[in-house]
Amino acid sequence: MELFRIKNDIPFMRHVLVLNVISLTAFVLAVFFLVSRGLNLSVEFTGGTVMEVSYEQPADLEAVRRVVEAQGYAEVPVQNFGTSRDVLLRLPPQAGKSSGQQAEVLLGALKAQDPTVTLRRTEFVGPQVGQELVEDGLKALGMVIAGIMIYLAVRFEWKYAVSAIIANLHDVVIILGFFAFFQWEFSLAVLAAVLAVLGYSVNESVVIFDRIRETFRRYRKKTTQEVIDHAITSTISRTVITHGSTQIMVLSMLLFGGPTLYYFAMALTIGIMFGIYSSIFVAAGIGLWLGIKREDLINDTKKEDIDPNDPNAGASV
Amino acid sequence: MNRYPLWKYLVIAVALVIGSLYALPNLFGESPAVQVSSGRASVRIDTETVVKVEAALAAANLKPDLVQFDGNSVKARFKSTDAQLQARDALERAFNTDPGNPSHVVALNLLPRTPVWLASLGASPMYLGLDLRGGVHFMLQVDMNAALQRRMDVLLGDVRTALRENSVRHNGLSRQGASLTLSVRDQATETAAIQLLKDQFPDLVVSPATDPAARVLTITINPVAARAVQDQALKQNITTLHNRINELGVSEPVIQQQGTDRIVVQLPGVQDTAKAKDILGRTATLEIRMVDESAEGLAAERNNGPVPFGAERYPDRSAQPVIVKRDVLLTGENLTDAQAGFDDTQQPAVHLTLDAKGARIFRDVTRENINKRMAIILFEKGKGEVVTAPVIRSEIGGGRVQISGSMSTMEATDTALLLRAGSLAAPMEIVEERTIGPSLGKENIERGFNSVIWGFVVIVAFMSVYYMLFGVFSSVALAFNVVLLVAVLSMLQATLTLPGIAAMALALGMAIDANVLINERVREELRKGATPQTAINTGYDTAWGTILDSNVTSLIAGVALLIFGSGPVRGFAVVHCIGILTSMFSAVVFSRGLVNLWYGRQKKLKALSIGTVWTPDSSTSRELSK
Repeated sequence: MELFRIKNDIPFMRHVLVLNVISLTAFVLAVFFLVSRGLNLSVEFTGGTVMEVSYEQPADLEAVRRVVEAQGYAEVPVQNFGTSRDVLLRLPPQAGKSSGQQAEVLLGALKAQDPTVTLRRTEFVGPQVGQELVEDGLKALGMVIAGIMIYLAVRFEWKYAVSAIIANLHDVVIILGFFAFFQWEFSLAVLAAVLAVLGYSVNESVVIFDRIRETFRRYRKKTTQEVIDHAITSTISRTVITHGSTQIMVLSMLLFGGPTLYYFAMALTIGIMFGIYSSIFVAAGIGLWLGIKREDLINDTKKEDIDPNDPNAGASV
Repeated sequence: MNRYPLWKYLVIAVALVIGSLYALPNLFGESPAVQVSSGRASVRIDTETVVKVEAALAAANLKPDLVQFDGNSVKARFKSTDAQLQARDALERAFNTDPGNPSHVVALNLLPRTPVWLASLGASPMYLGLDLRGGVHFMLQVDMNAALQRRMDVLLGDVRTALRENSVRHNGLSRQGASLTLSVRDQATETAAIQLLKDQFPDLVVSPATDPAARVLTITINPVAARAVQDQALKQNITTLHNRINELGVSEPVIQQQGTDRIVVQLPGVQDTAKAKDILGRTATLEIRMVDESAEGLAAERNNGPVPFGAERYPDRSAQPVIVKRDVLLTGENLTDAQAGFDDTQQPAVHLTLDAKGARIFRDVTRENINKRMAIILFEKGKGEVVTAPVIRSEIGGGRVQISGSMSTMEATDTALLLRAGSLAAPMEIVEERTIGPSLGKENIERGFNSVIWGFVVIVAFMSVYYMLFGVFSSVALAFNVVLLVAVLSMLQATLTLPGIAAMALALGMAIDANVLINERVREELRKGATPQTAINTGYDTAWGTILDSNVTSLIAGVALLIFGSGPVRGFAVVHCIGILTSMFSAVVFSRGLVNLWYGRQKKLKALSIGTVWTPDSSTSRELSK
């Protein structure tokens, strides 16, 4: 079986302007939603109490809502979690009452309304912890960006580092944009997924850059645009298959992982999809704009000795 | 050319054997067990307890699969929950003769069913996190300012005494927050005070008066000493928590320091958060009272009469009654430290340190009650026990108290521990709390497991169809990666959580990346017309650089999460990082080993079973299969 039967290089870079405009639009839209709607941060970041309760029969959300309102909470989100029998409540911190008291009082009230209700889990996070988590999250993001850029700058050249990181940050912003648009819950697990996908998608850019370097060495007559086209065409099969297989795993999590892993898997899914797109069109496109050229990569005098017609030249990376 | 030297095959074989051995315990599951641990700080668990457990079980006609002693508790494993429950009752009767005042905690537990020969190799299964087994998680923030202030209270008394003894006259010494202020009259006194403090209190830093008219010196504790105070406070709080949690009868509580000022408490299997919190948050349970030495009191102590009005009867540690007055002189709140040591005559002693308020009260009490007895009572589970009832020999000022006389070193250590156990060094506040029901834990295991299994099955099916034999090699390498990952996690005794399982699934998805890369490269070489053996060699070699690159960038993200992540993210990051490392070994070294074993020796190899290799030059595709 061979999925990709490509005779000639596909001229990806001919459409680079159009594609960059599309990317930019998606990016601007994502930023717009992030600013206008904001992220629906989980209780881990905001502080407060989450309660998950389970009923034997499908839960009557309206009745639950009335009980919660009778307890003096205005506008508490009451929603199904996973199945129609499980209900998730998010309580804001209440002055003068510990989280445990809050949860107990509320559970008592819910039991009075329907004795079959059982507590599945509660989670309370103090406001100061939430603040720290936001800071730590930003620090982690900073470290990943800096680490990857330094690595790529050493391994290739600064122009590649810049294009790869822009391409992948574009993915991150788009994932966040999705979470803002749909108001999906942004939890610590989702943050972990975003950072993992950042490290993972950079691979794709690395693979293409690797090919670009190799192509520069092998075909001295090709223009930069042709080199990029060739590099992308010869790696596209691998790109789609590897991302496809990772996606199989993530989809399996999305389907079988239950509600706890749902948004985690969702962030990975969006990240992987956009990872393919951005590595091909955005990273290489920005590289082209930044003016990557043969001399940037092959300035090592030792490597000049290699016969360009030798098919094994540059094979030992 | 595609042959590994013998040592490489050996490395692979050793990794395979060790990996399988250490991953194996995770397959056996868990058996019901009963655990006996100490219910009081003064009760020790040792090999004698094992003998006693065995005897008690034999008397009840119960045959445990295994009785083991792990330093803190004795665990007995059973085949069925029936036997487990019977054993619990039998052990409860044998160890806690007085049900109102149990000395041991007899708790139900689950023990891994690891065979003895595996356990003797040190192989044990991964520890399941709370989200997989259910339980309560607390994060407590220790108020370090309060700890420092307490320390400063003690120092305040010491400084005052030192100034008086050296006849340095001052206009007032007081504590302002975590620093002391000392006002003096003139330059000479200021110099004398600074010199004295420098000589006698290396922990203190004195900043000279800024305003020459007022002459107020500010005394602070130096950063090294402050850190020591905070460390001590944290350690003491952890010890106190340990003792209190024993009351809950939790089989395997986790009490750990996190950062510089936080403590994480995890109680698997506990559902009653209210009770847990009540016990964790309980304050001072230590009281100092006078012994009633009236004629009636002494008669009651000899069991010759009723307890007089205004007094109570408490047993001491050898169960002899002691009659003490109801008036509480001091509580554990005023006790800042208790350490075992030796007195001037090299007899074992317990040294107590009281805070400023406590020291003042103690001085007054001792001055008025010389040659009378004073009792230190520890309240555990609402029951009082007289830890010690020494005779007051002289007035004791300065807040440093020494209890000595007729005790062994062991007793001194135990008493110090008991005294410390009664008090928290600094108040704590719950900043994070999580409860996970047991049914949710089971569901989470199932869901995580299903995600991994189904993803794995689909990937294996796809790889085998798309890359034929090479796909099979890749799949075997992927399975080997799972084994290695589980083995390393088990060896590290890492805690497996749901995010950890997710990381495992993701690690597999990313590990196959390397094999796809290799297989695509090999195909490409074939497409270029290379011979099969060259194609394998060049394919693996060229793919290696790319695999390394991509894993390094993933690893950077993993390490960032490990450094800055906490709680669930940490569990994810650990598995993610280890998964990346094991996948490099399995996907490159191990899969190459398989390929070399299969194809390496065939000199006249014509074709590889790597699926269709389509070439743009020929209109018909060349089917290359073995």
